[in-house]
Amino acid sequence: MWRYLVPLVVFIVLSLFLWKGLQLDPRDVPSPLVNKPAPQFDLPLLSDPAVHIKRDEMLGQVWILNVWASWCVSCRQEHPVLMRLARQNIVPIYGLNYKDEREAGLNWLNDFGNPYVASGFDANGRVGVDYGVYGVPESYVIDKQGVIRYKHTGPVSDEALMTTILPLVKELKG
Amino acid sequence: MKRLLIAALCCLPLLGQAKEAEYANGDPLMNQRVMEISAELRCLVCQGQSLADSHSDFAIDMRNQIQEMMEAGKSNREVINFLVERYGETIRYRPSVNATTALLWFGPFALLLIGIGILYFNVLRRKKQIQDQPLSAEEQRRAEAMLQQDSSGDKQA
Repeated sequence: MWRYLVPLVVFIVLSLFLWKGLQLDPRDVPSPLVNKPAPQFDLPLLSDPAVHIKRDEMLGQVWILNVWASWCVSCRQEHPVLMRLARQNIVPIYGLNYKDEREAGLNWLNDFGNPYVASGFDANGRVGVDYGVYGVPESYVIDKQGVIRYKHTGPVSDEALMTTILPLVKELKG
Repeated sequence: MKRLLIAALCCLPLLGQAKEAEYANGDPLMNQRVMEISAELRCLVCQGQSLADSHSDFAIDMRNQIQEMMEAGKSNREVINFLVERYGETIRYRPSVNATTALLWFGPFALLLIGIGILYFNVLRRKKQIQDQPLSAEEQRRAEAMLQQDSSGDKQA
């Protein structure tokens, strides 16, 4: 009896692991920064290089950091979603213009609309590296204490907003 | 002579070695260090390639930053830790050996040992079941008769 049962059980267990594996996305790198303080930054604004934006300025509010660039095709995909979110005035969205050209970035915002309260201009991508950015667009939900609570890799969909991001924001706002 | 020439020509493709992405920039010793570390790190954008192999923008940026850090005096370990802090253990091709990754590192050996153990156990058990029993006198005679028939009659088995 055992000699039939053991291989069957092993096979079933293995199948379960493989089935779970099929649902995992190898491109999705879990961020080690979740529940850690958002890294400091001090960047010139995209709109005005003379003015700087620092991470500490956002302390005390829940906010979303969206990493974008004019050369990024997927960013165009998520753009309408961000515009709608911005209009709802639930949570401020700050942009991190990643490895872009100032003029290209500004033109992009002019053409498609600007959902951001402000965008920091990260020309060489160093701030991006600090945040573990590897593929734009990426979005971070950051709480009032400046701790990263959630990272979304890839374009933000309405579904992601509804199921994960907005509920989290509401919870963090208290 | 012609065969020798053909053989030599067939060896030509060997010259086309796939090289890792060229990183020509300044001090060759530093480059080597950068490439050594880059080979240990995964390119997160190009699945399956290391930072040394990949030509993607991400890999180029990473190599640049690694070089900057090294020029600032960071050790290999410090550079790797810096990146692991931001990108997680996934960026390392060889995960560090700790409680979480112990299963990954030692699991296969453990399974191998278990497999060998089961095999050995089964063979041992089966050996005990098959006991050589001496033939009775009658059976011995029949066996010899058959053997003689085989060799004299030249029968096909």
